[in-house]
Amino acid sequence: MGKVKTIARRSFLIGSIAIAGGIAFGAYTVRKPHDNPIGVNDGEATFNPFVKVTPDAVTLITPHVDIGQGAVHMQALLIAEEMDLALDGFETSFGTPDPAYFNTAFADEGVPFMSRDDSAMAETMRTVVGYVVKTLGVQGTGGSTSVPDSFDKLRMAGAVARETLKHAAAQETGVAVGDLTTKDGAVILPDGTQVPYTELASTAAQLDPVTDVALRDPSQWRYIGKRTQRMDIADKSFGKMTFGIDMKMDGMVHAAVRFNPRQGGAINAFDAQAAKEMRGVTDIIEVTGGIAAIADNTWRAIRAVEAVDVDWAEAPYPAEQSDHWQALSESFTKDRLDSEWRHDGDVPAALESADTISAEYRAPYVAHAPLEPLNAIALITEDRADIWTSHQFPRAVEDMVSAITGLPVEQVALHNQYAGGSFGHRLEFENVRYATEIAMKLRGTPVKLTFSREEDFAHDYPRQIAMGRADGVVSNGVISTYDLKVASPSPIASQVPRAGLPVPPGPDMQIIAGAWNMPYAIENLRVTAYRAPELAPVSSWRSVGASHAGFFAEGFLDELLIAANQDPMQGRLDLCDYDIARQVLEAVADMSDWGSDLGPNRGRGVAFVSSFGVPTAEVVEVTATDNGIQIDKVFVAADVGQIVDPDNFENNVKGGVIWGLGHAMNCEITYSDGMAEQQNYDSHTGLRMYQTPEIYVRGLENAPKIRGIGEPPVPPAAPALANAIFDATGQRLREMPFTKFVDFA
Amino acid sequence: MKFSVNGKIQEVDVEEDMPLLWVLRDELGLTGTKYGCGIAQCGACTVHLDGQAVRSCQTLAIDAEGANITTIEGLGTPDDPHPVQQAWVEHQVAQCGYCQSGQIMQAASLLTFNPNPSDTDIDDEMSGNLCRCGTYPRVRDAIKTAATKLQEG
Repeated sequence: MGKVKTIARRSFLIGSIAIAGGIAFGAYTVRKPHDNPIGVNDGEATFNPFVKVTPDAVTLITPHVDIGQGAVHMQALLIAEEMDLALDGFETSFGTPDPAYFNTAFADEGVPFMSRDDSAMAETMRTVVGYVVKTLGVQGTGGSTSVPDSFDKLRMAGAVARETLKHAAAQETGVAVGDLTTKDGAVILPDGTQVPYTELASTAAQLDPVTDVALRDPSQWRYIGKRTQRMDIADKSFGKMTFGIDMKMDGMVHAAVRFNPRQGGAINAFDAQAAKEMRGVTDIIEVTGGIAAIADNTWRAIRAVEAVDVDWAEAPYPAEQSDHWQALSESFTKDRLDSEWRHDGDVPAALESADTISAEYRAPYVAHAPLEPLNAIALITEDRADIWTSHQFPRAVEDMVSAITGLPVEQVALHNQYAGGSFGHRLEFENVRYATEIAMKLRGTPVKLTFSREEDFAHDYPRQIAMGRADGVVSNGVISTYDLKVASPSPIASQVPRAGLPVPPGPDMQIIAGAWNMPYAIENLRVTAYRAPELAPVSSWRSVGASHAGFFAEGFLDELLIAANQDPMQGRLDLCDYDIARQVLEAVADMSDWGSDLGPNRGRGVAFVSSFGVPTAEVVEVTATDNGIQIDKVFVAADVGQIVDPDNFENNVKGGVIWGLGHAMNCEITYSDGMAEQQNYDSHTGLRMYQTPEIYVRGLENAPKIRGIGEPPVPPAAPALANAIFDATGQRLREMPFTKFVDFA
Repeated sequence: MKFSVNGKIQEVDVEEDMPLLWVLRDELGLTGTKYGCGIAQCGACTVHLDGQAVRSCQTLAIDAEGANITTIEGLGTPDDPHPVQQAWVEHQVAQCGYCQSGQIMQAASLLTFNPNPSDTDIDDEMSGNLCRCGTYPRVRDAIKTAATKLQEG
């Protein structure tokens, strides 16, 4: 019965997207490739939107922005692998924002099918959504898609460049193409002579790209799967990396903003007299919902804007935190039903006739707070707008600036930059909006806007708040029924309109991400999403919905397994009905020597969450000390299908675990009088070094599709920690942050 | 006000209470030192003042008068790296890299005063430096490598 309903709902959604996509645009538009946005002069060659060869240099375009995850290195590596470039033999550029850089992998998570589902229906749906993404030219970095989007595409770009350069060499030397090879940025003639690609640029520019090429067999890979040195590692170790906040321009002025700390609220009145008289301050300007100070130095601008006396209007959402929880509590209703994508067996009947175990779980708002505060430089003249900042949606930045300035989008350019972290923060636009508004009033002058840390926190667009209600039945030592209901505001519906994109029709998978796809065969299993009303505006936070729903799902599963008198690891393995998932669970069991005696006051917990197509399991070991809970060790196994660089993979996994643990332990954003109460790292810290456990990582490559590792290590960390604390102390934690209930050593 | 930055005498005309961080970044153009929090909670702005690691966001310009200041730009270069920087490259510590100037300056200071730090010494010294990307395990490993190198001379 459940399956029929589920399929009906999916069918409806397919219909909606098909109308929005394929039918509206027509088959021709979908097939037509986008133009190559790389500009070339005489004697310079480009073969596709990713490779440019001039007499001076080989430049690789890496359209996925680097927010710390190593995206530039990964993208360049894939091109270099097929193009036969030495890793110090080229330059990279983020390129011009362009529809040619549409993200082919956005479709994978945009359909209501589990990642493991490779049925014809699921694949058709992904293809359809892929057409929409391509047609709209959605360029974006996020959703752990950089690797899956790039893996085939960029290797092919490199292979096309290599073969075309060989043809150019053949034409110049008269040697048959079949007798030529390539190595380290040069075509090699049979006598060993090396002809650098740069010397072939002008000849290659005359040729049509050779597109009849095949990708190399993995056995021939020189870089992929091996440890390589990240191209940005030296700059980042010598203070030489220039982030957006470090950029300088001739004649530049510095700006700071304060806008309504009640996010989205208006400004009633302000008095800037005192601020205007401060040293170095040249102007105080009103912007939408706020004010800006212009000065000759960042600190002077921040100090001046803080000296303005402002009367802010009310918040467009409930002013007190308790009202936000109340709204969630009232959202478990038929009217607010968002999806019921998982319903095996007959849960209502099963719950009616048995004693149930029930629990309520909570996840708070949490800030992204990357260490580099939001910033942007804007230079606006009568006929051009140029923006320098780091952004995950580059084309949306240009569209926004075009809309604010009234300039055609062709006269707007975003110059994307390396970011000092993001975690989803740089999917938002406040820095762009305000830098543009200020620069419009100072035409011809570059304006550098820097957010104070407090301003950045006040307008973080945090992770959605969520509540889970779970009921289960254990009979004869077996979990026979598991019913999980999750209520949260839709992060996608809150966020997507700010990016100028249409809200996708149908349910928001993020409300129950990481929970509805749990790989467990339970007789009666249901996961239901309820869409709470929009409260404080929210945004994608590293791992999005799986960061709350994964915690709920794996915490409650642990409760049921304990009630069934089962071992949390063996119980999961027994329930697991998906080989790839079972293998990651078996890996962490092996790594952690699960079942061995830990000694007194110690405990271990396991959790498994699959997010962004990556089955990930974590075991956490803790000790209950006199000073509180000490996290000793974490064991992680994840399966991304193919690891591009094991060194960067490990760094990302450890970082994801630390992110997941730290925020679960001590971070929340709460609202009072409509304002976030946490304004800096003193009250929203995350993990520090003294609390950082030893982390052991194993990457598996059994999964059929290649995936990204940026987000998947986050969701299992919180439930694995809560389950470990239960094991050590008998105290069950159902609400983050855990510091509300326990101390950490 | 007059002080030495990376061995070069600098004279600036700024408010006495302007934090050294902003003197370095906006007045002298040394942007390797980062602004993260402004309240000594993150350590991204760490520099050496007369050899001691300090938070430049909490060091007023007047307090730097006459001092010898070293920033990340003065610690070492790719051609002549400080052992800590060498270890940072070898271990590929950085992800986004924004906190790493501060981490490196703090670690260099640690090893100056404590050439053979225990794990607890490292935790105690480094816990004021936030890394949102979570590179702490590699920071630990790199400090140990740098300590070994320094001891070997």
